[in-house]
Amino acid sequence: MRALIVDDSRAMRRIVGRILGDAGFEVLEAGDGQEALTVLEGLDGAPDLACVDWNMPVMDGLTFITEVRKRPEWRSITLMMVTTESESDRIVRALAAGAHEYLIKPFTGEAMLEKLDLLGLLRTSTEV
Amino acid sequence: MTISPQAFTFVRELVRAESAIVLDTGKEYLVESRLVPLARAAGHPDVDAYVADLSKRRTPAALKLVVEALTTNETSWFRDSDPFTALRQAVFPALAKTRTNRTLRIWAGACSSGQEPYSIIMTALDTPELAGWKIELVATDLSEEMLTRSRKGEYSQLEVNRGLPATTLVRHFERAGLNWRINQSIRERVDFRQLNLTRPFPPMGRFDVVFLRNVLIYFDLPTKRDVLKRVRQVMVPDGHLFLGAAEMTMGVDDAWERVPAGRSSVYRIREEQRTCVL
Repeated sequence: MRALIVDDSRAMRRIVGRILGDAGFEVLEAGDGQEALTVLEGLDGAPDLACVDWNMPVMDGLTFITEVRKRPEWRSITLMMVTTESESDRIVRALAAGAHEYLIKPFTGEAMLEKLDLLGLLRTSTEV
Repeated sequence: MTISPQAFTFVRELVRAESAIVLDTGKEYLVESRLVPLARAAGHPDVDAYVADLSKRRTPAALKLVVEALTTNETSWFRDSDPFTALRQAVFPALAKTRTNRTLRIWAGACSSGQEPYSIIMTALDTPELAGWKIELVATDLSEEMLTRSRKGEYSQLEVNRGLPATTLVRHFERAGLNWRINQSIRERVDFRQLNLTRPFPPMGRFDVVFLRNVLIYFDLPTKRDVLKRVRQVMVPDGHLFLGAAEMTMGVDDAWERVPAGRSSVYRIREEQRTCVL
């Protein structure tokens, strides 16, 4: 199982990376949406999960999710927005753009694991 | 600072007598962390002084506060997920076939801060077979404080992050300042009442489904047996009982049998025992 963390905060990438690493994921990182697209294009096969911040320089998370959803070869990626944006209309916009889940910062490691469980990504990763 | 053995023993006996919850040795930290806010609020320098005063005065309201502080737990939405999948995919559709009055009665027996009963209602709303049905949900808890919270239906950002799908959040909740409040249409479907599981149950009618998850683990064997026996008496003969993953009826009350339901399992009264509860 592979996960791509897209966040302009190095500290947040480290925190999320540790949670996902402990859950059995191989972790890749990108500092913004554009860099994340470049990482994806260079990969041999799509990752299982992408955790995406909303507000980032160069390309924001919503645009990144929209771009990923345009590409059939990346259709299998489960997209989770991980952001401080907490208004209902923001959540609706992210889901409409193609996000599968939405986790609002701040969050506990347990909350992230519960989201992965909802997405069917936890059992598979721990069974490997 | 740690709680003294005398204070711990007093609290343990009090909680045991009032709720039948057993606080084993090693739970001193839990007791102290839960009682520090009460001690401070009552003007005592530490938990030992607070408990010493409590044991001297034995004010019923103060004793009740201590029991409540030690019997409430944080919980998440759709906790453990599998029981709710079983409810939507197996239990509700099966009941929908056999109930001609299009009414289901459900009891959530240790509802804590309300996530479980509200999760049950949201699951019923997502079950096509129950469209247009009347769902009567009675949710009970020992703690009045928890019941007040549950009735309000307001949860922090951290709480709605716990196991609640984003689609469900935007569909069934509205912002209330920094918090989220579950919609009135769901709140008004739940009847919250105070109930001590270890005492005789008040008249509640009979239930098609009972949720009694992660509460029996705190009771000793005779209390577990007594509670399970009385639960049989408030269930319809072909009802379904959900227990926590670490709980079972085997060797406790063998009038129940465990049957698979999706990836989870439920407990049902054995056929030969069903006439006994009619």
